[in-house]
Amino acid sequence: MDHQYCEVKLSVQPCRALVDEKFKVLVQKAPPGAQLTVRSHHHSENKHEWEAFGHYICDSTGALNLSEDLSLGGTYEGVEPMGLLWSLRPVPGSKPGLRLRKMNVETPMEVTVSVYQGHLSEDFSEQRALAAVVVERWYMAPGVRRIPVTEHGLTATLFLPPGPGRFPAVLDLWGGGGNLMEYRASLLASHGFAALVLDYLTNELTKTTGKMMENDYFEVAFKFLEQHPQIVGSRIAMWGLSFGTAMTLKMAVYSNVIKLRCAVCYSGSHIQPVDGSVKDIKEYMGKKRENIRVTENQEVIFRDLTLPVPKDPAFKVDMGRLQCPLQVVVGLDDQSWPAYESAMDMKVMMEEAGNSHLLTLLTYPHTGHLIEPPYSPYVRTSILRPFPGGVSFKVLWGGETAAHSRAQEDAWRKTLLFLREHLYDMRNSAVTSKSNL
Amino acid sequence: MTSAAMDSIVAPLLSVAPTRALVDEMFTVRVENLPPCQHFTLHSLHLSEDNDYWEAFGHYTSNHKGTVVPQDYTKGGTYTGKEPMGLLWSLRPVPGSRKGLRLRKMNVCSPLLYTISVYSGHLVVGFRAQAPLASALAERWYMAPGVQRISIKEKAVRGTMFFPPGTEWPLPWTLGYYFGPGEMETTEMKSNYFETAFNIVKDHPRVISNKVGIVGLSLGATVAFYLATESKVVKPCCCVCINGHHFNPSGKHLFDLSYDSFKMHVRKLSAYWIDCFEYQESIIIIYLNFWQMGKINCPMLLVCGEDDQNVPAVEVADDIERMVRAAGKDRLLTRLNYPGAGHLIEVPYAPHFRVTAFMQAKEQKVMIVWGGQTKPHSDAQEDSWQKILDYLQLHLYSCPSLASKL
Repeated sequence: MDHQYCEVKLSVQPCRALVDEKFKVLVQKAPPGAQLTVRSHHHSENKHEWEAFGHYICDSTGALNLSEDLSLGGTYEGVEPMGLLWSLRPVPGSKPGLRLRKMNVETPMEVTVSVYQGHLSEDFSEQRALAAVVVERWYMAPGVRRIPVTEHGLTATLFLPPGPGRFPAVLDLWGGGGNLMEYRASLLASHGFAALVLDYLTNELTKTTGKMMENDYFEVAFKFLEQHPQIVGSRIAMWGLSFGTAMTLKMAVYSNVIKLRCAVCYSGSHIQPVDGSVKDIKEYMGKKRENIRVTENQEVIFRDLTLPVPKDPAFKVDMGRLQCPLQVVVGLDDQSWPAYESAMDMKVMMEEAGNSHLLTLLTYPHTGHLIEPPYSPYVRTSILRPFPGGVSFKVLWGGETAAHSRAQEDAWRKTLLFLREHLYDMRNSAVTSKSNL
Repeated sequence: MTSAAMDSIVAPLLSVAPTRALVDEMFTVRVENLPPCQHFTLHSLHLSEDNDYWEAFGHYTSNHKGTVVPQDYTKGGTYTGKEPMGLLWSLRPVPGSRKGLRLRKMNVCSPLLYTISVYSGHLVVGFRAQAPLASALAERWYMAPGVQRISIKEKAVRGTMFFPPGTEWPLPWTLGYYFGPGEMETTEMKSNYFETAFNIVKDHPRVISNKVGIVGLSLGATVAFYLATESKVVKPCCCVCINGHHFNPSGKHLFDLSYDSFKMHVRKLSAYWIDCFEYQESIIIIYLNFWQMGKINCPMLLVCGEDDQNVPAVEVADDIERMVRAAGKDRLLTRLNYPGAGHLIEVPYAPHFRVTAFMQAKEQKVMIVWGGQTKPHSDAQEDSWQKILDYLQLHLYSCPSLASKL
């Protein structure tokens, strides 16, 4: 019997967690001062492989603590306890333009964390790991209920927190890529907010009739929440990202049916034909295609489509009429929407109208368009498949890995606090500033 | 309050962190957004695999911010004091349950589910008759992700092997002999059953053959004593023995002893072993032979519940210590004594059972007194588990020259 064995111990605590929770990675009993590579590896739902790794030197007791020790190289550098997740990238040789998004939120994301001898950057599968563990990262807490919603022509999924309720709620809108992306709503429900994610671009009605949804589609979704027996109708927020921000602002200001307790807008703008709906906004943008730029790497930059910010009030939401608290989150390197220019214009409009006290503006340097839940792998570009059909193309989202990942972590925490403050009346005295400009 | 104000009332926010954990990990429960300075009850509810309900609860007062945490002091309920894990270790069958229940997870691939709730007022009964103000669900797992479970049916040995996740390196191993009286077949089991099982593990390609230890509870500890002293075939690297006895009946092999033969010698087997003290004396009188513990050649950790009513754990441990010292081998022996702990010293936060029912041979159901008082027994489980893990780590992972008494 071969008695050669390895004493190196690796632990990741907790081994099961929500995706927005931190973990601690510890290595023990390695040779003192040894060079080690700590690597994470994930097989995605669509069968692609992602990895991240850091190069470390363990201390004189043979121990390593990723919350304290510096990564000297790899896919992340510095003291980065969560770098093994946010710096995940497709392994060499993968299809270009991949993006990691969890489609089935009822199962966890499984990540294998391993330790290797030396500072490795490639060919991990040809090496024998010194130790390895598997961790589960969940988008849903136990007891959260997932309920597909098709009433009244909606294409949506409702997530309810465990317990009898009644709960405040968030109407969750994603962007121009369409589809029903459930992972933000399921996370919100894991934090005590009922959440309804609504598909308004690739929904059933649009697919079968060929017609884009009018504004009343969003009002129907709101009423569904308002009348739900486990939801407090007077405590509903909307959270939009990208195109979803356009609809959120339109509804918040102009709808007679939708009465929001507060609103959250990520990476979007208020620039749109105010008398119109989804179709009109798309057509408005379609008329300005000459503003689209393409990089030398064939990456499409959409941010200039609606610039400069129009002076004509018919083409921007009248923010002076907003009556609920609004949190706006902007990546300063957003290459897809002119989020910063729009935010500046909104601020001016609200200051002139006297309602700027409602605005909380968070801007993040070197941060791109796709501001996702914390520790989600960052991608600077990815392939977009247009709906209802057409050639796929590569979109430039912007941002730099480390800064963008820090922004995701900070913005998420601040948005949850914002929602707790306005939907639960729970004020956290640590967050008092309205803007970090 | 106006109707509009009532409509605007939202539930308190109850959170459990982590929501998914291993059974030996702590959790924190937090309730926020309650009315300040009022009475509330925190409650945990578990439905067992046998379809029995188990519960625990503590009485609290919300602070001026409307928050309750179990680190706060509780004066009433199934636990008192500052006990963040009280909602787990003080679990007991709900009123009206069958008598003598014991909570044991048979399917370790799925988690234990606990519903943690908060109720208005200081309740003692009737939790299921009223709606809580809020609840959350906590999962508690016996298996980490990536652990592989493999059933063994080889050479008449039945068991299960669990492999840690990840690497292909061979691993040190722990063989667990866990059973109590009546839980194995009472047909006589030959001692070579245990030696065969040990060798199946030792010879496995993913096991380091000279790094196989034994952990035994109750009769399992007795098996460990036998193997460590008498077996010519197996050489455990170390042993952890919890509340076992070292009686060797009449010099015969270990499992020529069956419980039928125990009963032959016992004067009376009553519904409750209130005569347990007499029973123990009768065992000591009848069984003049003991395993010769001075023959051990591996480190051994003895865990003794001082209120063990099933096995005279303290007297046994005293006797083992005497024998080992006489042989000049006390450096091999480590002993942990737990006042107030009973026989069934299990993993942390597992509920305590002072008395449970079990089926003797031939469908004779008796109530067995295991002993222990809940709080000290739970403290013993928490303390001993960490010490057992550290002990196994020391003896199975380190070089022999580094091994030393805890």
